[in-house]
Amino acid sequence: MVKNKNQLSKPVIEIKKMHKWFENFHVLKNISLGVNQGDRIVICGPSGSGKSTLIRCINRLEVHQKGDIIVNGTELTGDLKNLEAIRSDVGMVFQSFNLFPHLTVLENCTLAPIWVKGLPKKEANELAMELLTRVKIPEQALKFPGQLSGGQQQRVAIARSLCMQPKIMLFDEPTSALDPEMIKEVLDTMIELAETGMTMLVVTHEMGFAKKVADSVIFMDEGEIIEQNDPKNFFNNPKNERTKLFLSQILNH
Amino acid sequence: MSSEIYKPGSYPNLPPPPGTVGVYGWIKNNLFSSISNSTLTIISVVLIYYLIDGIIGWFFFDAVFDANSKIECRKINDGACWAVITRRVGQFVYGFYPEVERWRIDISFLTMFIAFAPLLYPDLPKRKWLLWFSGIYPFFAFILINGGYFGLTKIEYSLFGGFMLTVIIGVTGIVCSLPIGIFLALGRQSKLTVVRTLSVCFIEFMRGVPLITLLFVASSMLNYFMPPGTNFSILVRVIIMFTFFSAAYIAEVIRGGIQAIPKGQYEAADALGMNYWQTTRFITLPQALKISIPGIMNTFIGLYKDTTLVVVIGLLDPLGIGRAALADTKWNGLSTETYLFVALFFFVSCFAMSRYSLWLENKLNTDHK
Repeated sequence: MVKNKNQLSKPVIEIKKMHKWFENFHVLKNISLGVNQGDRIVICGPSGSGKSTLIRCINRLEVHQKGDIIVNGTELTGDLKNLEAIRSDVGMVFQSFNLFPHLTVLENCTLAPIWVKGLPKKEANELAMELLTRVKIPEQALKFPGQLSGGQQQRVAIARSLCMQPKIMLFDEPTSALDPEMIKEVLDTMIELAETGMTMLVVTHEMGFAKKVADSVIFMDEGEIIEQNDPKNFFNNPKNERTKLFLSQILNH
Repeated sequence: MSSEIYKPGSYPNLPPPPGTVGVYGWIKNNLFSSISNSTLTIISVVLIYYLIDGIIGWFFFDAVFDANSKIECRKINDGACWAVITRRVGQFVYGFYPEVERWRIDISFLTMFIAFAPLLYPDLPKRKWLLWFSGIYPFFAFILINGGYFGLTKIEYSLFGGFMLTVIIGVTGIVCSLPIGIFLALGRQSKLTVVRTLSVCFIEFMRGVPLITLLFVASSMLNYFMPPGTNFSILVRVIIMFTFFSAAYIAEVIRGGIQAIPKGQYEAADALGMNYWQTTRFITLPQALKISIPGIMNTFIGLYKDTTLVVVIGLLDPLGIGRAALADTKWNGLSTETYLFVALFFFVSCFAMSRYSLWLENKLNTDHK
């Protein structure tokens, strides 16, 4: 695997003392996190711990109320121009795929490159076919999402994000809505993506994936980052009691 | 066959038992599934036969298609007296539009189908060229029907009537109310308070007032609200009222469609960096309109039939023409024939719209193709 984080010390994502509330509920508490180019970070934690909210803050699907988030040197504020620029640099894959059901697979992939980036249609099609080949479903290009299996849909969603040629990819529980036999095909796609040196933040319960791919694993609980470590130490030698409890719950069954 | 023993994993796909599928299976399951069902089927067939026999006799075999008056009709045969229609069909179709100029209406009507074809059928060959025609058609039809340009005689609106009037009000209202309805629906969902408030007020006012009131306003009061010097003809004012009225309904139908779109669709569009108008154009509206097709078509059909209300402000729609015919001493008392004919016209138009919307729904269904 390409380890290039030492070559570029400038972080691509910098979160400083960030807080977020849903109404009165304090979901994210004093989050600080730096992500370097090429980092592959897995975030885990019990449900309701704020891990999804955290990565949704990074492309401002959720708005934080306090602290700073700086992506690619640009601070996330209410400014729409900045926001659209950041969003076209940050790809996101959702738990429920969120493909556009009225468009074909190919149109799903080319819509944003054509209209947001202004890519000519022909180039956008070529790029989309290249990426659909990379996720191993070029033959489905002219079908509609509703005709594909869950695993295929999620791979299309990954290809759709990659078509914007993002610098960072966010994954929000990408395999949680899938049948067991389809989880592997999606994880394999993500592992291949990691091998290309993509900066990735992944919220997942797939600890096998974390062990294999992550540079760093983050455990969150009740809106706080409890522990962050490299996978080897995180799994073999967790320091915090809550981490130990969580790991024992998800690993021993 | 069924008692045969197969090794696990080698059981073949067998055909269903005979008599459970196909035409024979359908008849057996739906019409003759039990003794009571079979009895009902037979009784119904007999009843339908007698009913249709009588109706068809009255409509066709015993009917009189040409005569000079109702009394003459009755002397010839005792079925329907369609002479009231055949003798006045010109008025039913064109109102009092001058006879020598009726070709202008015919051409406008026929070319209307060419103008609509590329809008209604997206897969049409040479669609791009036809769309140009759709774009200029409103001006083309206006000049042709109204006259006053290129040596065409100007025809007064007061001479318009019959089915032609229905089609002019109905089609113009339908075509104009859809885009207005879309913008009202978007406005109602807008984050901008002023836009949202204006949309809500407009929609609630239009929905809260009976159409007939709006028509009276159009016929008597609307000019007070206009800047001095403007003087729309009554027909234009009526069309504006119909458009606004149905736009308000359409806005609510489309709002329902917009609200049925899962939040994830917007998040995906946001995450791809699409802005509001891009999301609206490519994600929100295509899906919302598809969901709203039955409701939109419902509103359109309602508007089309409501055009008969213009009779109360003195415009001669088919019902007005029919009443005029019935007032004629020659045809006095033939209201069944007259109103059936008008009903048939409306039924044909509305049924066509209804079938088109079903076809469109099927075509846009991308779930399990």
